[in-house]
Amino acid sequence: MSISKLGRPLIALAVLALLIALPLLAEAMGQPALTSMVARILIYGIAAASLNIVLGYGGMVSFGHAAFFGIGGYVVGILYAHHASGDPLLGFIPGTNQLLITLPAAILVSGLAALVIGALSLRTSGVQFIMITLAFAQMLFFLFVSLKAYGGDDGLIIRRANEVPWLNMRDKQTVYYVCLAVTTVFFILLWRFVNSRFANVLNGLRQSEKRMAAIGLPAYRYKLAAFVISGMGAGCAGALMANFLRFASPDMLHWTKSGELMVMVILGGVGTLFGPLAGAAVYIALESILASWTEYWQLGVGMILLFVVLYTHGGVQALAQRLVGRQT
Amino acid sequence: MNAPILAVRGLVKHFGGLIATDSVDLDVLPGQIHALIGPNGAGKTTLIAQLAGELRPNGGSIALDGRTIDALPAAARVARGLARTFQITCLLPDCSVRDNVAIAVQIRQGHSFRFLRNAHRDEGLRGEAETRLAAAGLAGRADEIVANLSHGERKQLELVVALATRPRILLLDEPMAGLGHAESQQMIKTLRALKKDVAMLLVEHDMEAVFQLADRISVLVYGRVIASGTADEIRRDPEVRKAYLGDGDEAC
Repeated sequence: MSISKLGRPLIALAVLALLIALPLLAEAMGQPALTSMVARILIYGIAAASLNIVLGYGGMVSFGHAAFFGIGGYVVGILYAHHASGDPLLGFIPGTNQLLITLPAAILVSGLAALVIGALSLRTSGVQFIMITLAFAQMLFFLFVSLKAYGGDDGLIIRRANEVPWLNMRDKQTVYYVCLAVTTVFFILLWRFVNSRFANVLNGLRQSEKRMAAIGLPAYRYKLAAFVISGMGAGCAGALMANFLRFASPDMLHWTKSGELMVMVILGGVGTLFGPLAGAAVYIALESILASWTEYWQLGVGMILLFVVLYTHGGVQALAQRLVGRQT
Repeated sequence: MNAPILAVRGLVKHFGGLIATDSVDLDVLPGQIHALIGPNGAGKTTLIAQLAGELRPNGGSIALDGRTIDALPAAARVARGLARTFQITCLLPDCSVRDNVAIAVQIRQGHSFRFLRNAHRDEGLRGEAETRLAAAGLAGRADEIVANLSHGERKQLELVVALATRPRILLLDEPMAGLGHAESQQMIKTLRALKKDVAMLLVEHDMEAVFQLADRISVLVYGRVIASGTADEIRRDPEVRKAYLGDGDEAC
């Protein structure tokens, strides 16, 4: 236990150093595609870790987190569309292509969406909660499908990634470093968060809501706050994804995307800090390896997920810890 | 005479055709242990759940310190000074013993909307949790995960956690259930020492404990209070003997 506690920040730093060096390494290895794969891992890592706040720490199984991911993406896309065309959104909000504006805007809007959806969904729990979050996400999915002004079914092409002062965002490597910087800040905040008083409450609510009520905790407002924070994180990931792909589409909100995020959390380790990031890495690596063999790659992912759920007792993270523990 | 800290008037609860609580009147005075006894299925736990705010009664009213609390949800009642323990222990199984107490301290203090400061190093939480555990003789178990505790230790911890909310009245739902003789005696001693600070409503099957501890006893049968009085009065009451203690036998 003490070894892993000491080793953890070291491993995190080593991984960070590796991620910083990655574009150069990928270049040197003649695998430039590796950089964009890792960028996707980082972005999905943020989204999955955000979902993990409610799912893993709070015990609220949200099956609609793609909604916030998609909203984050569409905020970037819609603001860009208005920036490109020149007419303001709803007649008074000017469009923009500045990441320093669009990213906070995406976080804010997805947070507001989470506030509304959470306020209604959290009146239920268990299976009803799963179903109602799914229903809300599907409603938003069909809303964006029918929004012809923003591409409807086809999605919204963002011709150029958002700009950041002093950076050349046309360079894919720069976009990668921006994603890495946001991911780093996100996980530092998350690391502080999971040890906070608020996370204590969340932890307690997962284990026994009855107990928490008996020591005087009004559960609803804490669950709602967690849901909003979680939605904001997913929105942040969505905004990054829209910039990375230069594309926002209803696919980002589809229920299968919510499922993918859940699979990442479960693969990596429910209720752990870095588990979802590891889960995203495993999922995306599997996707690209298996997809090169067969178009039925999801079958392989499914079997691996079964193995992880049945035999690892806590995902890749727990598996790694046990392997390390055995050696020392 | 002292004003009651908990006053229940005409409380009614029915589940369909079944009357679980039948116009119950009950007063708990400060500094007293008021025992609630009755055969299985008499509605004792249902009554506790209504007092704690987990179940909504169909009628009647509950006042804490003279102010009605009928509209308050369970959590708000705790903030007013009403705490409870559970018959089947209800703790946070994956957390350490210390954290189970610390979270109660934290919620009492408020300030749970803090997102970035490390709470595990917060001396205000740790310190008080450890003091309370030491007082209960659980100091050596502070780092143990609750799932690994013995039944007796869990019962003790239930009490420590409830006390960490600094209650003025404590609802105890069978705190002695499942304890061995020595553990029961220990619990009786603990409760007696607490009595001057915290009034208690004690639901208990262990008659020895009830007669040792209770200042007043109410007898609940089929949701109705059939008698209320001191231990001696209850022991002598013919209706109670018939309904509950068993005719003619020594009360034990």
